[in-house]
Amino acid sequence: MKTAALIDLLAQGAGPVERNAVAKRFATAVVAGTVGALALMLPIYGPNPQLPRLVGEPEFWIKIAFAAALAAAALVNVARLAQPGVAIARSRWLVAAPIAALWLFAAFALAAAAPDGRAALLIGHTWRTCPFNIALLSLPPLAAGFWALRGLAPTNPRLAAAVGGVCAGALGAFVYGFHCPEIAPPFIGVWYVIGIAIPGALGVWLGPRLLRW
Amino acid sequence: MNDPDGNRVTERPAPTNNSKAALDARESHLHALMVRAQAGDEASYRTLLVDAAGRLRAFFRARLSRASGDVEDLVQETLLAVHNQRHTYDAARPLTAWLYAIAQYKLVDLLRRRARHERNTEPLEDDADALAESDADALDARRDLTALLAALPDKQRLPIEHVKIAGRSVAETARLTGLSESAVKIGVHRGLKALAARVRAAP
Repeated sequence: MKTAALIDLLAQGAGPVERNAVAKRFATAVVAGTVGALALMLPIYGPNPQLPRLVGEPEFWIKIAFAAALAAAALVNVARLAQPGVAIARSRWLVAAPIAALWLFAAFALAAAAPDGRAALLIGHTWRTCPFNIALLSLPPLAAGFWALRGLAPTNPRLAAAVGGVCAGALGAFVYGFHCPEIAPPFIGVWYVIGIAIPGALGVWLGPRLLRW
Repeated sequence: MNDPDGNRVTERPAPTNNSKAALDARESHLHALMVRAQAGDEASYRTLLVDAAGRLRAFFRARLSRASGDVEDLVQETLLAVHNQRHTYDAARPLTAWLYAIAQYKLVDLLRRRARHERNTEPLEDDADALAESDADALDARRDLTALLAALPDKQRLPIEHVKIAGRSVAETARLTGLSESAVKIGVHRGLKALAARVRAAP
């Protein structure tokens, strides 16, 4: 086929383009992914019975705000990475901000604690399972994120999927936060971050395989 | 390379005739065409694709050996991607950055595919006369899109043949093929995506 014929074919009856397609696609993915994570969390883990007490603790809200802020920051970046020619020169620092803030809280908590109480703040009671639980809950948002990216045009599939994985991990952590009994910032700063990094690493691996266009 | 906002656009500068004013004029011309095309103006879209094809040809010729039969294949593959991904263009951003980012992606993808298949890659050459801004004379593509199109399943091939090649309306196509109107629209959309996937799979 000659290029001129291809151009005729493409232009013929092309019609208008859906507006805000990128935003709509990611909005759908975030809602579907979060609902999916909840649908796993409620039957498998269930909401924490201590939740009425926990919501009175500022540290609970630090944990929830960290996960929500990280999800939002990663979302901003992955939406940019899904569009050719859009850079993440400045917006990438948004992803570092929630982590830096959390580590700052963690450092204060460790500094304020008695020396023999510090290990307990870091290790809590659930460190063995926490990252894997978060990774499990991140699978529905990860799948939704891949669905969103496959309909868009990431020119760096590995990076786009990695950032998408971090977003999925943060959504998983957000949902898991309502089950998890741990609220000490040092614990969150280690085990939640590791849990979130697992879907990020999955993205690094799967991105080039699933996102070619 | 950085655009005026400091954003990284492509790894190598797009072919230009150097002057800032010419760059701006090119950008605003293409941008205006794309904005009208996004709103459904078919004539603007056609003009944009013809213009883009010339620029893409120059872009790929500057990066592949001049006689390479890959150039026209890449032009066609990129035009198909431009069409399939046109919903990812945000009118608030430069159109040329979007276009050349797709071209760069398609070029790297082709070279990577080649390397993976252990074929000899085309040499990347810098030759000065490849800085021509646009190149209108098309060589024949080596890969035949007509054959790839003919191999699509009927529910995609028929809508494309009726709507996109014969120029029939969606309603008429629905009547002729017995498909519903939404199936015709989905068939065109999915068919062009499937065509792009088959282009990638073809050597």
